[in-house]
Amino acid sequence: MHLFVESGLSSLALTLARLRPSRLDSLTVVALLLAAAVLLPIAVLGLSWLGDESEVWRHLADTVLASLLGNTLLLLVGVGAGVLVLGVSLAWLTATTEFPGRKFFDWALLLPLAVPAYVLAFVALDLLDYAGPVQTALRGWLPAFRGVSARQPVVVIITLSLVFYPYVYMLARVAFLAQGRALMEQARILGLSPLAAFWRVALPMARPAIAAGLALALMETLADFGAVSVFNYDTFTTAIYKSWYGFYNLNAAAQLASLLLLFVLVSLFVERAGRGRARYEQQTARRLKRVVPGPLKRWLLFSYAAAVFLIAFAIPLGRLLFWVIHTGARDFDPRYWGLVSHTLLLGAGAALVTVLVAIFLGYVKRTRNHWLTSAAVRGATIGYAMPGSVLAVGIMLSFAAIDRWLDAQLGNGSIMVGGLFALVLAYAVRFLAVAYGPLEAAFERIRPRLLEAARTLGATPAEIVRRVWLPLLTPGVLSALLLVLIDVMKEMPATLLLRPFGWDTLAVRIFEMTSEGEWSRAALPALTLVIVGLLPVYLLMKRTR
Amino acid sequence: MRFVIRTVAISLLAGWLAACSEAPKEPEVVVYTSRKDHLIRPVFDLYTRETGVKVRYTTDDDGALITRLAAEGKNSPADLLITVDAGNLWQATQQGLFQPVESEVLSTNVPANLRDTDNHWFGQTVRARTLVYSAERVKPEDLSSYEALAEPQWQGRLCLRTSKKVYNQSLVATLIERHGEEQAEQVVRGWVANLATDVFSNDTALMEAIAAGQCDVGIVNTYYFGRLISDKPTLPLALFWANQDSSGVHVNISGIGLTAHAPHRDEAIRLMEWMSSEVPQHMLAEQNLEYPVNPQVEPTELVKGWGEFRADDLNVSIAGARQVQAVKLMDRAGYR
Repeated sequence: MHLFVESGLSSLALTLARLRPSRLDSLTVVALLLAAAVLLPIAVLGLSWLGDESEVWRHLADTVLASLLGNTLLLLVGVGAGVLVLGVSLAWLTATTEFPGRKFFDWALLLPLAVPAYVLAFVALDLLDYAGPVQTALRGWLPAFRGVSARQPVVVIITLSLVFYPYVYMLARVAFLAQGRALMEQARILGLSPLAAFWRVALPMARPAIAAGLALALMETLADFGAVSVFNYDTFTTAIYKSWYGFYNLNAAAQLASLLLLFVLVSLFVERAGRGRARYEQQTARRLKRVVPGPLKRWLLFSYAAAVFLIAFAIPLGRLLFWVIHTGARDFDPRYWGLVSHTLLLGAGAALVTVLVAIFLGYVKRTRNHWLTSAAVRGATIGYAMPGSVLAVGIMLSFAAIDRWLDAQLGNGSIMVGGLFALVLAYAVRFLAVAYGPLEAAFERIRPRLLEAARTLGATPAEIVRRVWLPLLTPGVLSALLLVLIDVMKEMPATLLLRPFGWDTLAVRIFEMTSEGEWSRAALPALTLVIVGLLPVYLLMKRTR
Repeated sequence: MRFVIRTVAISLLAGWLAACSEAPKEPEVVVYTSRKDHLIRPVFDLYTRETGVKVRYTTDDDGALITRLAAEGKNSPADLLITVDAGNLWQATQQGLFQPVESEVLSTNVPANLRDTDNHWFGQTVRARTLVYSAERVKPEDLSSYEALAEPQWQGRLCLRTSKKVYNQSLVATLIERHGEEQAEQVVRGWVANLATDVFSNDTALMEAIAAGQCDVGIVNTYYFGRLISDKPTLPLALFWANQDSSGVHVNISGIGLTAHAPHRDEAIRLMEWMSSEVPQHMLAEQNLEYPVNPQVEPTELVKGWGEFRADDLNVSIAGARQVQAVKLMDRAGYR
């Protein structure tokens, strides 16, 4: 706790703290209650430690645990490196240079965000495995080629990197654009080469944004079960599922899941601490003028961007389309529109709720420099790293307990579980981090001096909200809404477990087909899901262009 | 502003509570099912057409549905739980989630080894898990049993699906029941040593690999074979009925049980009984190319074409009773 105090003090809000003495006022209390509600399902998992599951632990430790941890670490390092290289390089190139197709790639490179990891996984494996078209063709041409298994760590890492790099790309790009021309000009005037200016000025300045993107990508990686299980690549989540489905031991599964969260919490804290006292205030940037490289370099850049776009988006989409045309379309009937509308409704509703909660938490944290709020906000955003179904179970268990209590009080206890509210809460818990990321960045842009100035000039609180907070927050709010919308539409395990009767979504249908091994029939809902997701992704990009 | 928000919030809450507590007017049955929507809906639709009783259902994995039932306790809206393997039915029984059903109809229609001895659950369809081989590279006379796949002649020629799939856990559970843990582990270790490639995440991909030449023989559920062969009739694959000279082909069931707190108990039992009768049995089997549990009902022509086989006559609940043991054994043997 001492550490939290320190980091709280070292934060940007230092100046604000002087204006408002830190104390527990009503808004802070409400924020704490909200954070507590979000944390409740997670805390329920902590209760699992009351049980003694040493037998499961001993078995895991004796057999698979070491390799699971090794695999998980390898995946984190690999995907981390992958999304950094892809995300930062592409963001830098599209933000600062001019090359053929740049305007298209600006937003097209974000499109893989609309592809769920589990979809890219089964498409990639279908294309690349021994029996798939690529290797079959290769064996035809090259008699010496014997064929290999595509179910290998490197393929898993590449697949997840291609799905998750847009988080880094998007946030880093916004940061690079915001740096504008002046910063790079000053760096160059001080004698740095363009490359050195990138490494020593632009990159460190964009660090909070890049770190936020990386954190999202890595938390998604840790929480992923769908994609890794397509490759049968065993990670820590595999142990969670093994305990739950294989040993029927929910308690042990919950213990494992809470360890996973502890790991995330520590990692996030280390990153924060590493940022230390650095401040990231920026001048309002003059609009950036893009560098125009020579023709060879221009086309190289084009090829790079095009390759990423093709591999991460166009080819998988083509494969889905091929399937739909050949077999998958037989599942199309009028009920299908129900799936689409449920997907959109849930996405929109959950996005609204999640972002409202995130705004409130962000506001309270920004204006009330109480270490408790910082800690609560930190804690409330770790749901993202939790495998969706584990989180869903946490929510279900807490709601079932509430139902039992209501049953005892009112004689009617089937209110929470199986209702829309439970599902929306699950989404909010899971995706609060996604909403909070862009909002936090937006809140950080509201420089203390700006508020001081407004105050000095005699602005009323209402005016400050309208003329300072709102304009500066709106971009962040929109980003947060769209991101959560996209994520909710792709979400599978919590939707499965908590959806009310009849609320089947596209993701549910994909699950039903893939779990029967019918990849070609999963293509129709998968393709629809990607197409439905394109609009928010496009809007997301349009805002930052 | 504040007043408006408050009014809206309160009316939303009130409406929601009212919607939740509204009593259903027409007769209905509520089902949690891990048998997927496209494989169960036609049957439910038919029932609604015939009887006017509405069937509401939700799909998910077995484990998730069982957890949900347990958490909901007596508040659960579910009347019936349908799972796609016996182990999970056994587990639900252990957790006290089912109540026994004494029904003449069910006892007649469902053979004794495919239902719970205390009538907590009943099989609906039979799923055979047997050997599939490359018709180009394997002579059927070289094949005999699951156990024989552990022999050195299959070195580098065997493909398996992941041990995380409950179908393989059930198969190994019966091996343990037949041979004891030590010998079963020898068999599994032999399999792992013979693997041609990493294990697969589904049966269909496994069969495609055999057809493409990555390996020669594997273990699959027959309906996956049926689906694949229907889609791609030219694939050089064939089924082999395993263990005909010993224990018989390993079979599992998809099955159904009445929940302990079923709100519509009588309606639910009527649906269970109906589902064991001829027309729905035929539909269930036809939808997914499985074997009807009711011995009076014939499977589809395609399935009949694979020939008769002797099935393992162990009670399928062994799959549940020995599942944990099986999972641990496979972990020790390095079967991922």
